[in-house]
Amino acid sequence: MVEPITVNTNAGETLLRFRDDVVHDEPAVTLDAFLGQTNATAVRLEAGDDARALLPHLGQIALVEISFPTFRDGRGYSAARILREAGFEGELRAAGDVLVDQIPHMRRCGFDSFAPEKPVDAATLTKLLNLYPQPYQKAADTRVPVWKLRHG
Amino acid sequence: MKLLTGNDLATGDVVWWTGGDWSRHIEDAVDVGGQGEAILRAEEGARRVNVPYLIDAEATEQGPRPAHIKDRIRALGPTVRPDLTLKPADADAGAWVI
Amino acid sequence: MYRYDEYDQSIVDARVEEFRDQVERRLSGALTEDQFKPLRLMNGLYLQLHAYMLRVAVPYGTLDSRQMRMLGHIARKYDRGYGHFTTRQNIQYNWIKLADAPDILAELATVQMHAIQTSGNCIRNISSDQFAGAAADEVADPRPWAELLRQWSTFHPEFTYLPRKFKIAVIAADEDRAAMRLHDIGIQLLERDGVLGAKIFVGGGMGRTPMIAHEVKDFITADHLMSYLEACLRVYNRYGRRDNIYKARIKILLHEIGVDAYREQVEAEFAAIRDLGIDPPVAELARITAMFAGPDFASDAPDTIDRSDPDFAVWLDQNVAAHKQPGHAIVTISLKPIGGIPGDASADQIDLMADLAERYGHDELRVTHAQNIVLPHVRKADLYAIWTALRDAGLAEANLDLISDIIACPGLDYCSLANARSIPLAQKIGERFAGRQRELGELKLKISGCINACGHHHAGHIGILGVDKKGTENYQLLLGGSGAEDVSLGKITGPGFDEDGVVDAIERVTDRYVELREGGERFLDTYRRVGMQPFKEAIYG
Repeated sequence: MVEPITVNTNAGETLLRFRDDVVHDEPAVTLDAFLGQTNATAVRLEAGDDARALLPHLGQIALVEISFPTFRDGRGYSAARILREAGFEGELRAAGDVLVDQIPHMRRCGFDSFAPEKPVDAATLTKLLNLYPQPYQKAADTRVPVWKLRHG
Repeated sequence: MKLLTGNDLATGDVVWWTGGDWSRHIEDAVDVGGQGEAILRAEEGARRVNVPYLIDAEATEQGPRPAHIKDRIRALGPTVRPDLTLKPADADAGAWVI
Repeated sequence: MYRYDEYDQSIVDARVEEFRDQVERRLSGALTEDQFKPLRLMNGLYLQLHAYMLRVAVPYGTLDSRQMRMLGHIARKYDRGYGHFTTRQNIQYNWIKLADAPDILAELATVQMHAIQTSGNCIRNISSDQFAGAAADEVADPRPWAELLRQWSTFHPEFTYLPRKFKIAVIAADEDRAAMRLHDIGIQLLERDGVLGAKIFVGGGMGRTPMIAHEVKDFITADHLMSYLEACLRVYNRYGRRDNIYKARIKILLHEIGVDAYREQVEAEFAAIRDLGIDPPVAELARITAMFAGPDFASDAPDTIDRSDPDFAVWLDQNVAAHKQPGHAIVTISLKPIGGIPGDASADQIDLMADLAERYGHDELRVTHAQNIVLPHVRKADLYAIWTALRDAGLAEANLDLISDIIACPGLDYCSLANARSIPLAQKIGERFAGRQRELGELKLKISGCINACGHHHAGHIGILGVDKKGTENYQLLLGGSGAEDVSLGKITGPGFDEDGVVDAIERVTDRYVELREGGERFLDTYRRVGMQPFKEAIYG
């Protein structure tokens, strides 16, 4: 049974986290600012930012926050997957217009924490996260796709 | 005149604001005058009707007749299937639309 | 055809539960309409003029009699006794209640059917050639590849909020019977040095700005098809326009950055992901392919047909195509009776077609993108019995590819996006030309009730676009489009007409064609030879 942990940060945000390490406390800087400095450990990507710009620096990043200005803007899903495919193991956070019905797809793209603008109903989220037994395709999570179950 | 119309949330039926309620029959529709926006806001929370909007119509003997053919089709039903309209037995109903 | 295993079934069942929960939350107000709309669209549920409309998926247009009967059952139980077959090989019901939608999906799931991703900004039904598995000219049956892609695209977590809808077609012959070049991604299977692979085309589409897909990949084998397509989709998801819904399709992206730039970006993405284990083993395609092995055809089926009934002979010549197996044939059932509603079938007609498939057709049917139904595998010896049953049910119009075999969108009679009605126009055209249609020969006429082009009017030999002219319905006439392998986009003739005016204009066009044609030229061939000018003169004087 998959369930998130609710965390209230010092900054007053409510996070839903699927990680058990400590919430990263440093403020997330913009991509431009990050690329201009050497010591930032948290970066925020806007929907149109190129996640690949972070690839040379993944070792120093503890948190990447990706913005969803509206829930219909799907660019963040690709950004997340690109980071996970490149080996990023830090916290990958979806922030903004994040609704309960999108969180399962976001998890599969590699997001492991969520900062939704509006509260998410915990019971609905738990139900949705545990609804599908196995996915059809490989993504950035550890779930085994159906074709692998069929053929080993 | 100005009518308020939308689709019933649960059934999808075309409905018309009657002054206190929503009816499937355009003959029951009232002129909302300048009150349209206020009624829209009030009805949003009631969750009875999806995306209601205002349309222009003229008052006629048979009741309000929407200015645009699209809303006349909504009021009656598809012109190519009279049997599926609100007035299947009325031979003149199609002429009212067109 | 494909049969679900426990995994496929569990996914469809889970989807039903998910949607049931979403509908409850909508009805209770926990979800606003703005939040609910993309979710219901991804289950094929539109809000249209008169009611909710449900679009049920028919994957690559293939279904069996049990599934066909379920479609008839849905029409009777939840709708008003009929369904409408669409230009993407799906079926639509026009009178659905939101509260019933979860139960409908539950019933569909019992026969391995669903309405997944038949709308919304996601990857839609993968379409294919309606003669797949029966035509002699295919290099292989394209449908196993379509099934592989159906599974890959279903609930793909990265591509569920694309800039816009995404349509893929798969064919396997040089003759394009699925309008492949007018899709966001078109795939043509072919053989290279004895190896089966595919050519990939990207950036086709109709709508407001019709475009023909460009070749982007010369040859890709099945073992990397999925990672290659992921790269194609990812570039689109990242860089497709999201500022203007009329410029959000992938065709606009290719148009704006150029095919070469798009190809380079895809290759770069492909290089980054091709070894990440995204592609299933070839055993998976082999597993699916085995299910499409085709029926056991009788090897001694007689090849001769008794043509003595003249009406039967006319239908035989027009609606029956050659099958790769001797003694067999491919039947197209016309859903375009003169004066009828193109693509509609009553529940009784749906049941009859299911019965015919089960009895005479190795239990298989196809939906074509021209809104007709195909029985792909019948014996020549059974054609007469099939025809008499169709005739008695009003399904024997002998008009395949003739002027009355009209592709028409539902138009303003049903659709909230439409500017004009299309069905009454289709009826008038059918009635005007019924007596001359055989003389006119192949003439693909397509009608769209608005610029969204769901009736594929850009790809019509004669196309008609319904517009709103100061509050009244008006129709523009286009000539010279084609959705086949000789793909081309129609050109507007000039000022538009009212409903009767456009029928008259078409008559002047066809009269001029008959005057000018040489040899066995189709209308399209004559148009391409002589150009627009003679027709323009005929129409406008």
